[in-house]
Amino acid sequence: MIGTATVYGLCASGLVAIGLYGLVLHPTPLRKVIAFNLLGSGTFVLFGVAARRGGAAGFLADPVPQAMVITGIVVAFASTALAVALLLRLQETGASSIETTPPEQQDNGAS
Amino acid sequence: MTLLPDLALVLLILTAAVWTVAVRDRRDAVIGFIVVGLLLSLAWVRLNAVDVALTEAAIGGGATGLLLLRACARLVPRPAESVLPHPAMWILTGLLCSVIAAGLAAIVVMPVEPPATLAPEAAANMGELGLGNPVTVVLLAYRALDTLLEKVVLVLALIGVWTLTPEQFWGGAPASLRAQQSSGALRLLAQVLPPVGVVIGVYLVWNGADHPGGTFQGGTVLAAMWLLVMMADLREPPEIRLHTLRLLVILGPVVFLVAGFAGFWIANGFLSYPPAFAKPIIVIVEAALALSIAVILGMLVAGPAARAPR
Repeated sequence: MIGTATVYGLCASGLVAIGLYGLVLHPTPLRKVIAFNLLGSGTFVLFGVAARRGGAAGFLADPVPQAMVITGIVVAFASTALAVALLLRLQETGASSIETTPPEQQDNGAS
Repeated sequence: MTLLPDLALVLLILTAAVWTVAVRDRRDAVIGFIVVGLLLSLAWVRLNAVDVALTEAAIGGGATGLLLLRACARLVPRPAESVLPHPAMWILTGLLCSVIAAGLAAIVVMPVEPPATLAPEAAANMGELGLGNPVTVVLLAYRALDTLLEKVVLVLALIGVWTLTPEQFWGGAPASLRAQQSSGALRLLAQVLPPVGVVIGVYLVWNGADHPGGTFQGGTVLAAMWLLVMMADLREPPEIRLHTLRLLVILGPVVFLVAGFAGFWIANGFLSYPPAFAKPIIVIVEAALALSIAVILGMLVAGPAARAPR
């Protein structure tokens, strides 16, 4: 017999795989950030499944994994904001990637 | 109870996730991601985690979506975006990802018996604190150290974003959030909605002690109202050199730390509360945290300074 928690657990496994696929294969950084967030969401739902199965002491779901997920969602948002700011700064400085910085720009940076 | 609605929801979530990764245009990908976030918040309700559902809807769908949409508008597409890896790469990556999915699915299908749970430990704390929402008890008492460190992470992320300010703009205001074409409907919404939204935000913080809700959810709603006002061009983002702004950013963590260290004298140690005053202390800490979260989230979306200080 498959329960509600199991259905969402399978959903979470799928989300992790889809997110990881995008993270590995997408050539552009912004798409990688989006895929990474999908991967994170999948991980959070796995916590939710553990919470739902761990309901005890009169609670419908274990509050400890729930609290960890709330913390995790906020931290994921903060790191996404930092990643987006880094991408925009990378564009302003004109370097397309870290390796291919033109030599003259490196000289400017050193002087 | 029938599983049909759950299966339909899972199917929708996975379809939206595949669309998010597979679609060519990055703006479509962001919209797909927002859809996934909103559908996931429904999934959280089905998992009996209403607190997480509120957070996921507000941050996972809302704030992250706004941040990414703004990034789409400001990032110039590069020619490299059309370059796709070799088909062998797709197949190999797809196979390895499927293996990971199968492994996770196996763990899910074969659960541990009896299920691991910390609920009784969390419940033991509830009686003496006088709070009714177990998730708030875990966040602010049982695992308060996690919450404190997470606030520090938020402040550090904001410092990280601000350090990306170009030299000549240091101390100035972030780039304006207003839409390129001013919209009368957006302006009206930004004038009508904030009074209601602020009340809902404060209600979520106050109510979080006993019912679903809390500092994150309330703080995010407050941040959303502020962002709405900035997007409708009724207010500009503040300059990052303002002392009031910086004080508001650190207010929450500082109050939390003071309450934590006070625990050495008035209770059993760091971050513990005396039973008689536990609820007032937690409510004060929550109020300060919610204010700081609202300011930090708003400024994280606004980004580094992009104009010289006036």
